[in-house]
Amino acid sequence: MTLGKYIIPTEIIKLVRVGIVVFPGSNCDRDVYHTLQYTGHDPTYIWHEDHIPKYVDSIILPGGFSFADRLRAGVIASHSPIISDIQEMAKEHKPILGICNGFQILAEAGLLPGVLLPNGKQGFMCKWTNIITHQNKTPFTRTLDRGTRIPIPVANGEGRYYVDDPKKLERNGQIVFKYEYNINGSTDNIAGVCNEDGNVVGLMPHPERGAEPDINPYDHRPAMAIFEGMVA
Amino acid sequence: MQHVRESLGRDPTDTEEAIISAEWSEHCSYKSSKMYIRTIPNKAPHVISEDMDSGVIDVGDGYVVTAHIESHNHPSALDPFGGAATGVGGILRDIVSAGTRPIAILDGLHFGDISTDTHAAWLLGGAVRGISHYGNCMGIPNIGGEIGFDECYTKYALVDVAAIGFGKRDRLIHNRADPGDHVVLLGGPTGYDGVGGSQFASAQMDTQDRSAVQIPDPFMEKMVMEVILQVRPHLKALKDLGGGGLACALSETADSLQVGITAHLNNVHTRNSDMTPAEIVISESQERMLAVVDDSGLSFLTQACSKFHVPISVIGSIDDTDTLRVYHNNDVVAQLPVRLAAHAPPIMWPDRPAITPESPFTPPCTDIVQVLYKMLQMPDCADKRYIYSQYDQEVGIRTVRRPGLDASVLRLDNGRYLAVSLSSNPRHCWYNPYHGTMGCFEESCRNVACVGATPVAMLDHLQFGSPEDPETFWSFKESVRALSDYATHTGIPCIGGKVSLYNETDSGPIKPSPAIMILGLSDVNHRPSQPAPGHKIILIGQTQNECGGSIYHDIIQYTGGHCPRLNLDASLRNMEAARRLATNDMYIHDASRGGLGMAIMRMCLESETGCNIDLRSISDVIPARVALFSESHSRYLVSTPPDRLDDTLAMLQNTDAPYSVVGSFGGDTITFSDGKHQYDVDIEKAGKIWSESLERMILHG
Repeated sequence: MTLGKYIIPTEIIKLVRVGIVVFPGSNCDRDVYHTLQYTGHDPTYIWHEDHIPKYVDSIILPGGFSFADRLRAGVIASHSPIISDIQEMAKEHKPILGICNGFQILAEAGLLPGVLLPNGKQGFMCKWTNIITHQNKTPFTRTLDRGTRIPIPVANGEGRYYVDDPKKLERNGQIVFKYEYNINGSTDNIAGVCNEDGNVVGLMPHPERGAEPDINPYDHRPAMAIFEGMVA
Repeated sequence: MQHVRESLGRDPTDTEEAIISAEWSEHCSYKSSKMYIRTIPNKAPHVISEDMDSGVIDVGDGYVVTAHIESHNHPSALDPFGGAATGVGGILRDIVSAGTRPIAILDGLHFGDISTDTHAAWLLGGAVRGISHYGNCMGIPNIGGEIGFDECYTKYALVDVAAIGFGKRDRLIHNRADPGDHVVLLGGPTGYDGVGGSQFASAQMDTQDRSAVQIPDPFMEKMVMEVILQVRPHLKALKDLGGGGLACALSETADSLQVGITAHLNNVHTRNSDMTPAEIVISESQERMLAVVDDSGLSFLTQACSKFHVPISVIGSIDDTDTLRVYHNNDVVAQLPVRLAAHAPPIMWPDRPAITPESPFTPPCTDIVQVLYKMLQMPDCADKRYIYSQYDQEVGIRTVRRPGLDASVLRLDNGRYLAVSLSSNPRHCWYNPYHGTMGCFEESCRNVACVGATPVAMLDHLQFGSPEDPETFWSFKESVRALSDYATHTGIPCIGGKVSLYNETDSGPIKPSPAIMILGLSDVNHRPSQPAPGHKIILIGQTQNECGGSIYHDIIQYTGGHCPRLNLDASLRNMEAARRLATNDMYIHDASRGGLGMAIMRMCLESETGCNIDLRSISDVIPARVALFSESHSRYLVSTPPDRLDDTLAMLQNTDAPYSVVGSFGGDTITFSDGKHQYDVDIEKAGKIWSESLERMILHG
């Protein structure tokens, strides 16, 4: 199968029906939709007050400012009606990915460990950085080698990851991505984590913003692999 | 009001007076400027000229790009966060009201000298946070713009915001209305904030009236935008509520659709229950849109509003009269002929050529190396990354080329690329408003050409002091003449713009500050190879003794000399040569603020390599400091790998553009020499000064 000039190995071609949850204030929903189509999947939008249709295999919570980040980023959205459906899917070991605000929502909903704190003095921060793949047993990192460097942009105001016991996360294999350089004071350079079962993943950087050659000035292939390698 | 009294044959009511004074303010009516700006060429086959809130061009394959520019200067000078944020909100609604989705924001910021003035630093910090807050929350990338500093903006602020939209041509909202259609107000509630904002913006700032500044709510705007984009096929007409609030929206809608409107103010959803009818009509509360819909459109719109929790009220209806009738508590509080309300009588101001600081003198010799280091530190030239990093530049996944050097580039859905640049140069415009303005026009075109795109449309934002001052008004007219001449010569149509007059401070009018935005199109995403050691540097264009109004003169605090003149033929010829090289993946950067010296240092700093430049190859008649710091137009620097040098020179020979090889990249210093003297700038030290100075000034004053 060929998409543009990139050849996708046949063993990973499996159309995944991905539900993109749209909250009021989500603003990366359309970007994720585009990237999923680009990587050969079948995306659909799901409004946060609706139920998740049965045919959906996987869920992505996109970035944005759900409910304008009022109170605390992600906290209001974590009480949306759709969250109970997402919790069910998590129990059924379905792949769930939270990007940026989506990660904040999953952390607020208790589906992922740790919290995301304000960045401190610098406030909102948009820049390109590298993250390193630390765990490749999740449905989103399975085609990446451990140690793979991913050039990727971050853009957030509350992206400083904090967790009380990073050693426990490390022991459980729950640290999925680490920043190459600690850009925002996150505990142990953590950029992304997963739940104990490994099917729910959250990360602060935006892989959908680095998954195509036009928009990634460095190397789009690793970020593209996060979507391309997805299986349900 | 005399004219109104005569036309009505009676005294106007309070509400009528409020409507008229909002609609007839300079800000809304353009009564001083309209007849001049109409002279700027605005037609081309790809321009869709309709009466919309934003300019529209056809970019092929059934797609359109919309664009608009305006400013929020008076509010930002009082409350930089709120003023700048609501400026972004207003410009985005202009894009949405054409039925297109905003895909980018640019901003042009001008403040007092932040290196000495802590108030100016506070204003800049606040404005940047406001723009960042609103744009980030809306999910619209900020892809660039320009920043300038000058003492003429002390205690004041120019906050220009521009936005770009993208959509399908067949989904544009072509404004129309039929009798019986509903007039609907949707979005945030109407409150006391921003009451009388337009009149406030059309007078000198002599009050500290913060209630005239509106309160930003990007979340409401995001919801309003999603509602509108979802139901756009069902909307018959759409108008953003900006300056002049309901008063302007109602009278301008009625006027442009040639219908009458009956409105009931009790139906308007308000934030405060005790507002008078006059306050309701002139409130400039943000995040509101006025829509005209038929019965089925209304039900779609109401449904969408309830999904997104956007307040909506049916405030009136369309009729076939030519009257704007406004009711409050069942009483008629205003009954105005639409033509009278929407058309302020034009004012002719006298003009007189201004005495400008141009002179035939040149300043004495200076320590060139010192000037180069100082230039890197000047807020005008320093690295702007500290500001850009607060803006989301990537959301929307269209950003191909980020803010920094030359134009920014977005990809479009039809595989084409849109290059955008915004430029201004108040120092040049102060020396010579005609050549200064033309220079801004060319500078934006140069930036677009540097990335290999062809300029296809221009938007202008003309910011001047009070038109009542004959010299200021003369410079305004000169500026318009320059735009007309350059647009005529290049065939680049003006698709929109804005005039902002009465920009005055305690020490008088601001310098003439036109800001020019250019949109360019390219079929390919060009990826030039970065300058690297060994690459040759070619200069296209001629360097004249034109240091008047330059950064160099600013540094040595000298006033005099001539500002750069533009030669129309050389402009087109050199631009085409540069664009052709860019499409062959050559790395091109134009020389502008700070002249060749700054342009070369920028290229070195971006690519972290030194260089060696022979100043004799630039000109053998002008002294080194002039060669380095003159800001002559139509000049481009090309970096070419040594194995492509012959190709590049051959290509240039075919263009008739003057050029010379001036040096090459490499080494740890940026070195300029003229045979007798050598001037060295240490690349590491230069990089540190350049990248740290702006943040230090904003945070620590």
